[in-house]
Amino acid sequence: MLLIRCPYCEEDRPELEFRNAGEAHIARSANIAGESDEAFETFFFIRSNPKGLHYERWRHVHGCARFFNAVRDTVSDKFLMTYKAGEAKPDAETLKTLGASAAWTNLSTEHLGGRRPARGKGDTE
Amino acid sequence: MASTAQAERRPKLAGRETRHGALRVAMLPPAERMSLRAPAASVAALASALKIRLPNAPRQSAKSGQRTSLWLGPDEWLILDEGGGDPLADCRSVTAVHSAAGISHRNVAIEVSGPGAAACLNSGCPRDLSLAAFPVGACSRTLLGKVEIIIYRTAEDNFRVECWRSFSDYVFEFLSVAAKDVAG
Ligand SMILES: [Zn+2]
Repeated sequence: MLLIRCPYCEEDRPELEFRNAGEAHIARSANIAGESDEAFETFFFIRSNPKGLHYERWRHVHGCARFFNAVRDTVSDKFLMTYKAGEAKPDAETLKTLGASAAWTNLSTEHLGGRRPARGKGDTE
Repeated sequence: MASTAQAERRPKLAGRETRHGALRVAMLPPAERMSLRAPAASVAALASALKIRLPNAPRQSAKSGQRTSLWLGPDEWLILDEGGGDPLADCRSVTAVHSAAGISHRNVAIEVSGPGAAACLNSGCPRDLSLAAFPVGACSRTLLGKVEIIIYRTAEDNFRVECWRSFSDYVFEFLSVAAKDVAG
């Protein structure tokens, strides 16, 4: 399962807790009624749909419930980084400096497994 | 003339319990619950009215007598009162902006206790429940199988699982079967 780092929960969490919420950094016009049909169409329907780096919104719906932003590679499905809503969009130079995401590091068995439960005999209900 | 309607509390699955060896899944008694949303500026006033700390870091909880506060999000807490106190009433005098919603009857709580309690939850919850990642006192909203739950670790081998009342049959059954598997 993919692990996604929530910037509010400050840890990697299972993807099942999240929902994708489309492309990020699409600003709504302050004067939406004054927009031309073409400009409104662009704002409302047209998305970049890149092959490669994609800035997108995610919601930690089954966790802290917050929306946040992420940079994901649509080819490898790798999350390069996540950041809080309202924070500046990281530029390509910043993204280049990022190493492997912690979410992709395998954790040790001891860390993941805790301790094994004792095996009991009597089952009662 | 119609008589006055009276709301009667009918606890869900009251008293239900499953044991497999020392591993136990049991319904907890009814409790008062409040969903609290508030910006940082209101937290001090609310904490003082509720007489409990409202943690400001992920997965943290605070306990004061029979009352517990669980951090769910950056501006959201679940307040539990197991001693008959009324957190909604305590908030009434607070003028600082906040939202307090009574959800006592929306949720039920199930206790998973005994050796292997974490493994039991992990049968349907994809979270890292090692003590390093989820120590005693940690709490979180997450998933069990198909439904949303809130988990709160009260001891190394003890979890309080909160779920919506209408999902409780599913959650209780899920955990009971998981307990059987874990106990072996
Ligand atoms: Zn989160």
